[in-house]
Amino acid sequence: MENRKRIAILMGPPALFLGFLFVLPLAIMAVYTFRAGTFGAEREVFTLANYREFLSSPSYIRLLWRSTGVAFVVSLLSVALAYPLAYFLAFRVRTRKVILLTILIVPAWTSYLLRILAWRLILGSNGVLNSILLSLGLIDEASPILLYSMTAVTITLTYVWIPFVALPIFASLERINRSVLEAAADLGCAPWQAFLRVTLPLSMPGVLAGFFFVFIPTLGEYVTPLLVGGARGIMYGNLIQDQFVRALNWPLGSIMSLAMLLVALLMMALFLRVVRVSDLVEA
Amino acid sequence: MQPRRLTSFNFWYFVIFTVALYLPLLLLIIFSFNDAKALVFPLQGFTTRWYGEMLRTTELVGSLWNSVLLGVASSLAATILGTMAAIGVVRYKFPGRGLFVAVAAMPLVIPYVVLAVAMLLLFSQLNIPLSLWTVGLGHVIINIPLVMLIVAARLIGMDKNLEEAAMDLGATYWSTLARVTLPIAFPAMVAAFLVSFTSSFDEFALAFFLIGPDPTLPVYIYSQLRFPSRLPIIVTMASVIMVVSVLMIVFSEYVRRWGNTPAGPRSEGAQ
Repeated sequence: MENRKRIAILMGPPALFLGFLFVLPLAIMAVYTFRAGTFGAEREVFTLANYREFLSSPSYIRLLWRSTGVAFVVSLLSVALAYPLAYFLAFRVRTRKVILLTILIVPAWTSYLLRILAWRLILGSNGVLNSILLSLGLIDEASPILLYSMTAVTITLTYVWIPFVALPIFASLERINRSVLEAAADLGCAPWQAFLRVTLPLSMPGVLAGFFFVFIPTLGEYVTPLLVGGARGIMYGNLIQDQFVRALNWPLGSIMSLAMLLVALLMMALFLRVVRVSDLVEA
Repeated sequence: MQPRRLTSFNFWYFVIFTVALYLPLLLLIIFSFNDAKALVFPLQGFTTRWYGEMLRTTELVGSLWNSVLLGVASSLAATILGTMAAIGVVRYKFPGRGLFVAVAAMPLVIPYVVLAVAMLLLFSQLNIPLSLWTVGLGHVIINIPLVMLIVAARLIGMDKNLEEAAMDLGATYWSTLARVTLPIAFPAMVAAFLVSFTSSFDEFALAFFLIGPDPTLPVYIYSQLRFPSRLPIIVTMASVIMVVSVLMIVFSEYVRRWGNTPAGPRSEGAQ
């Protein structure tokens, strides 16, 4: 019974805080999806019209799929590009491991908006890339070759995430018992075979963790599209932002948010079938 | 031993990639010393006037101050709440424990835009005006899982016998917590606080929806991106923040390692 009091004192405040400021808002959002309007009398009317509007608008759903696709591509690219970095740190570096890891991570801790801004300066029509191409005589006049497109969004986001992804992959590579690799070599495995059949499978928890930590924020991304995406680079997050900030159609925005939440949770459920949570804690 | 050429491929990949990661940041620093309003090449000459103008831009300095205050307050709250939860979850089994962990970890798997609009709905329902406080509450929510992960890892690694010994010697539970558990968890708490602070300081997606009339630094920066003439000052600010961030990460790495040393044999050389 002494224990019960301790648990109540320790867990009470965080549980209340999360219940009131995290669970309750999601519940209010779920209720909002049924409201007929954002303000006034309409707000008190409950209807299914919002669901009909959402489900009958192919453009919303298409954008959700497109954003899911972009999140997939960005996650895959980040993992593929970060893997050799993590591999190098885990297997090839003996001394100064922490310093090299810190060097790799530092860009991730500098302002996210400003790293995006840097890419705008690189890709823009007066940007670095154009200046270089102009001075080399490869193009005649400055044009925003890459800026304002889905490609720009993909490049920028991949750049932003690579250091983050390298971290969990590095952690899972570090945990691989080196004698397993020696055993593979002793049994006649070529290095690439050992990599494909021993190292890679053993590092999968880190790879998946990295993939997931990129996938979720990219799925909800609305800032990068605003800054480098332009009209051709908008994502589903911009749709939600628009409903809440400009169109002020909160019920529709709530449905859009819940749909995105559903995609995120489905991905998480798939993910948890493959990886144990304890692996993530260590990464 | 693997063939030599694999090693050098990996090495060069690492070097080239790290340089590539730093080039955009370097670009911002170069432009902060460039004597021109437009951020384009060729460079116009060296100046430090943007640094002077930056300090005279009161809104910028004000928003920086807001962000520091917000970061400290919200990280402090997240560290306290997250540590309490970590101790409870690691040391006790109770009904609803699994549910609590699942709910507390959920902000990690929810796109921030969803969390932001949900909290916006709550505050409007309760007629709470948006301000730095509402942003701060959002930041506490997103930082609690980070704190829990970091502190729980430390508590799991700690020798439970120490707590039992203290209680056997007559200490009450709460004095054991205050004089044994918390001091051992302290380095992890400091690291968790620093991680929370950096994530709050840089956070834009939530702040954009939950901010009132007083902007945080990222919100202010975002509002200035529309005005090309303001960019040099923003870029200058970026350079300063970058240098400070580097110092902070080095410091927090130092704290983390200081925290890891007495916990037990760290497998640095042995494996």
